[in-house]
Amino acid sequence: MVVIDARGLSCPIPVVRTKEAIDANAKTPLAVLVESEVSRDNVSRLAASRGYSVKVERIEDGFRLMLSPPE
Amino acid sequence: MRRLSRSLSPRLLLIVSGLIFGALASLLVRWGNPDNMGFCAACFLRDITGALGLHRAEPAQYIRPELLGLVLGSFIAAFSFREFRTRGGSSPLVRFLLGALMMTGALVFLGCPARALLRLAGGDLNGITALTGLVSGAFLGIVLLRRGFNLGRSAAMPAPAGWLAPSFTVILLLFAIFTPFFIFSSVAGPGSLHPALWVSLIVGLAVGLLAQRTRMCFVGGWRDVVLIRDFHLFSIIAAFFVGALVTNFALGQVGHWGFSDQPIAHDEHLWNFFSMALVGLAATLLGGCPLRQMVLSGQGDTDAAVTVLGMMAGAAASHNFGLAASAKGVTTFGAWAVGLGLAMALAVGLLMKERRQT
Repeated sequence: MVVIDARGLSCPIPVVRTKEAIDANAKTPLAVLVESEVSRDNVSRLAASRGYSVKVERIEDGFRLMLSPPE
Repeated sequence: MRRLSRSLSPRLLLIVSGLIFGALASLLVRWGNPDNMGFCAACFLRDITGALGLHRAEPAQYIRPELLGLVLGSFIAAFSFREFRTRGGSSPLVRFLLGALMMTGALVFLGCPARALLRLAGGDLNGITALTGLVSGAFLGIVLLRRGFNLGRSAAMPAPAGWLAPSFTVILLLFAIFTPFFIFSSVAGPGSLHPALWVSLIVGLAVGLLAQRTRMCFVGGWRDVVLIRDFHLFSIIAAFFVGALVTNFALGQVGHWGFSDQPIAHDEHLWNFFSMALVGLAATLLGGCPLRQMVLSGQGDTDAAVTVLGMMAGAAASHNFGLAASAKGVTTFGAWAVGLGLAMALAVGLLMKERRQT
């Protein structure tokens, strides 16, 4: 599990970080921590476009996105 | 998957919002705003700066209620959807500088990224040069983001800080309604052309609501296409252009197609390209176009509010120091300002990095 803490980073850095992690760790589940609804949606959309399934959990200061790679 | 699709705004909402905004921008010209300038985040903020007496370009002084509505509409939407959150502390002074540079570039082209589309929808082909520059600047910004550019993390702050920008906006609205003696108002030129206050305000509120909900951004749309081949935000830009174009045709507002003699425009291609490249670069580093910065100011983002203040400082400097272009063309100082501005934004992009932890 690779964890990316993108809380507090402005748009589009959470997406850039997630994209780098996806490219560098194929077939590894990722956990991305984001703070805003905007980043949650942007990262979810990127992950879905790469075939990842996305589970969103609320955490105290934002969201934890669990990205599972395509089978 | 269903949960995911529910959490994403449906594409249809984006397209409809873009069409509505484009049509309203065209209608605002019919209702009184200058030609091809139904809605312009940069020009209108420049006019507000002038109305406060911070620059003395007499034809460009008016408190544009569209922008007040934009901030307040965003505030209402963010509050209703529980997205109002006070944040700040991500390199505010650097954001102030980038905001000033972004405004300097926009005032050499004579328009923000949204007005570039509106100019094109009115027959002004300089919009194409500008959009090419804008996308080139955004591309440069993406390269810098990939190299690790980062203005640092913002943090939660006590709520009152987030209320400041909406409160200032309400004060400006009172100034607009009661026009106290210290507020300047153009008697001739673009600043004197406007609809009734309440018309502009209502349109601004509607745009603010839509922009907050859809996360509309006139640089982000292009950026996402280049960065991740994602057309989500771009669909708003495309719909905005179509909405403005169709409404312009319906109202007979499309002038002649060409580069020369266009309303509030010049056809110095080199500077139209590079000035908007500066806007595209600065906006990509800031994470949003001029309009988006104002929308974010309304939802508690104090860094965005500082960026808007930087834009106002940039507008004041542009007119006080003779950097802003006019229909007569680009000034020598304006050309230098674009060159220096690009160098400064590039330096910011190369030097500002956060230590990577992941």
